[in-house]
Amino acid sequence: MSGESFLFTVFAAATCLSAVAVVFSQTVVRMAFWLIIALGSTSALFFLANADFVGAAQLLIYVGGTLVLLVFGVMLTASGPYLKIATSPGEIVLGGLVGLLFLFVVFASLNGVEWRKPTAHSIEAGSQVVAAGNTLRPLGLSFLGSRPDKDSSTDGNVLTPGYLLPFEIVSVHLLVVLIGAAYLARAKRRAVQPN
Amino acid sequence: MTADLNSYLFVGAVLFVCGVICMATKRNGIGVLMGVELVLNGANVNFVAFSKYTDLGLDGQVISLFVIVLAAAEAAVALAIALNFYNNYLSIDVDRANKLKG
Repeated sequence: MSGESFLFTVFAAATCLSAVAVVFSQTVVRMAFWLIIALGSTSALFFLANADFVGAAQLLIYVGGTLVLLVFGVMLTASGPYLKIATSPGEIVLGGLVGLLFLFVVFASLNGVEWRKPTAHSIEAGSQVVAAGNTLRPLGLSFLGSRPDKDSSTDGNVLTPGYLLPFEIVSVHLLVVLIGAAYLARAKRRAVQPN
Repeated sequence: MTADLNSYLFVGAVLFVCGVICMATKRNGIGVLMGVELVLNGANVNFVAFSKYTDLGLDGQVISLFVIVLAAAEAAVALAIALNFYNNYLSIDVDRANKLKG
């Protein structure tokens, strides 16, 4: 078993088991803990798939930002320590059965598809960029429309529209959303009743 | 278990299904949010795996970056709504959100 397979097995098992643990934990604090494990090992899977910038962004934004936000939400909405809003056992059993059925359907359909293999040209073009694992510069270039990882021999079109406009839209969207969230979550002062 | 495309897709499928079950069965509003995060991560695993094993190239990684950013935005708004709900009902139980029931 090669080193990559071993690491993949370890982190895939950690991801799947902690995702299942999120479903079956009853206290919300434990759910947050298992979610941190799941997202952290997902970022390890990203590193294994040569997507080093995405893995780093996952660690910084998801584990460092979104999960801290979620934990703050847990703290601000708990009326006592270890708040427990129990799901009834029947619902857990029903959910587990439906989940197993759904998982079976997804697995069967995944196995049934013959995924298109990359062409020799694109392997050659992409291996210099993606397989090296140093994706920061190619990612930045792809925002500008230059694609060093794409096969340029078939269509002779190396300059693509690029991701700059979607990036701008997402940036403005994030700004608007954060302002809106701060407006929604502001502390409301109740009007003082005049006696 | 070797690291090939189908193994990555299986991990993504497990994350997705766990997220869906989490969204459907949790009564805690924050727990429902955690289910959404799991679903988005399952999609991200798929995008990155396709970026490595097919000729999608870097497109998959760029899309997964967008997904990460939009998930942050979604979590911020949903938490603001959850805080407002808690302020009004003094509980985060989503079963009590029944005012809009027809």
